[in-house]
Amino acid sequence: MSKQSVADSFYKTVEELCKELYIKALKDLPPDVRTTLQAAYEKEETETGKQVLATMLENIKIADENNRLICQDTGIPIYFVKVGNKLSVDFVQLEEAIIKGCQRATVEHPLRSSVVSPFKRQNNQNSSGYRIPSIHYDVVQDNDKVEILMVPKGSGSENMSFLKMLIPAEGVRGVKRFILETIAKNVGANPCPPYVVGIGIGGTADMCVKLAKMAAVTRPIGSHNPDPEMAAFEKEMFEAINELGIGPMGLGGLNTAIAVNVEHAYTHITQNPVAINIQCWPARRARAILSADGKYEVGY
Amino acid sequence: MAEYTLKTPLSEEDVRKLKVGDKVTLEGIIFGIRDANLIRMFDGKVPAPTDLTGAACIHTAPNVRKVGEGKYEPVCIGTTTSSRMDRFTPGLMEQYGVRAIIGKAGMMEASMEAMKKHGGCYLAIVGGAAAWETERILEIEDVWWEDLMPEAIWKFRTKNFGPLIVAMDSYGNNLYFDVKAKAAAKLDDIYKKIGAE
Repeated sequence: MSKQSVADSFYKTVEELCKELYIKALKDLPPDVRTTLQAAYEKEETETGKQVLATMLENIKIADENNRLICQDTGIPIYFVKVGNKLSVDFVQLEEAIIKGCQRATVEHPLRSSVVSPFKRQNNQNSSGYRIPSIHYDVVQDNDKVEILMVPKGSGSENMSFLKMLIPAEGVRGVKRFILETIAKNVGANPCPPYVVGIGIGGTADMCVKLAKMAAVTRPIGSHNPDPEMAAFEKEMFEAINELGIGPMGLGGLNTAIAVNVEHAYTHITQNPVAINIQCWPARRARAILSADGKYEVGY
Repeated sequence: MAEYTLKTPLSEEDVRKLKVGDKVTLEGIIFGIRDANLIRMFDGKVPAPTDLTGAACIHTAPNVRKVGEGKYEPVCIGTTTSSRMDRFTPGLMEQYGVRAIIGKAGMMEASMEAMKKHGGCYLAIVGGAAAWETERILEIEDVWWEDLMPEAIWKFRTKNFGPLIVAMDSYGNNLYFDVKAKAAAKLDDIYKKIGAE
């Protein structure tokens, strides 16, 4: 197969887009998130829960009208990059462009740099450092585009991440109990409910955690796992989690989760892994799709 | 459930009249504190650089624009998860006379005890609603420990800062603990319903 080369300006465009996407994600919530929060407000029954959701909706409006950030936590910047197999892309140049775009967003806007070295807690003041931004690559068959999904991952939600290497004898029962107990006892109010609960099922330990992350941050609210068995599991857990009554900001109410998303993989005969990753109520994300000639579309 | 507008600094009397579920709007100065500066104050034993008597302190590290030496403009100011700072509340209240912590998701036993003993409270703000919050901050009046940027200590002049919800009062009540206890109590019924008893 002959591969299509990208234009000279391609990597410069990627850099500009990675800057723009970071800022857009922080300011402009996806339409599916807006609709879901509005519906949650209408459904909520407790006075406090209703007041909290009203403030969230007002916050979105203020951010729109005054060009402000939704939340102060600029997060750890994550870029999910899908490269079509029909394109000839230089990954070194691509990665340099992504990092530069991320740094420029931070310095030029300016944004709070929320990234530090793990021991000395050194902040480079540009949202980057060794292995950060977090960049994930995927190759897409029969495709001639590059898709970049930008997610600023806030720490209120990321700190509420859990992995359990259950054993086969614990079955689906063990998976359900682990999820519910973790939400009730550990997650609770911390990651700004109503949140998206991302669940990873199966795989290896690292894959399971990554699947939970993908489930929490990459899917629009209202999407379902294509496997009917997993889609049914999502629905069952969504209802069960909302029965806990944790409510908006953990002050009690009907809306604890705005979505429960599951991503799964086959696993080892001895293993039954489950992971949880949460995305807070603003569920921020921004996406761009580029062609080889450097033309692009920006969305969510 | 009562509604109050309180001017900072707060007195013990201001705080003792508050009960969980009440709504409070603050007027005046609020100090921004969080992980790194509290670690320096209490683990590093470096005294607070300003008087915090009667202070309302918010758990935050803002987005700012530098406009001069030690001078910053707010870009986006919001609130972080409070539980990480639980062990610092007793010191803040006993040593420095702080009266109110503004945060999200609540704090635990150490803070509850300190609030009871010294007359303090926890005021819940909506996490993630930083655009809403930033509109209520008129000016960054001062900043200390800029080397910890963005986790410096910040002095914000605010207007109409609320309504905040009293989620922990000075009588040992904690709304988050109530909600959490109810959730845990429901688990067995839910397990049964989904075939996981």
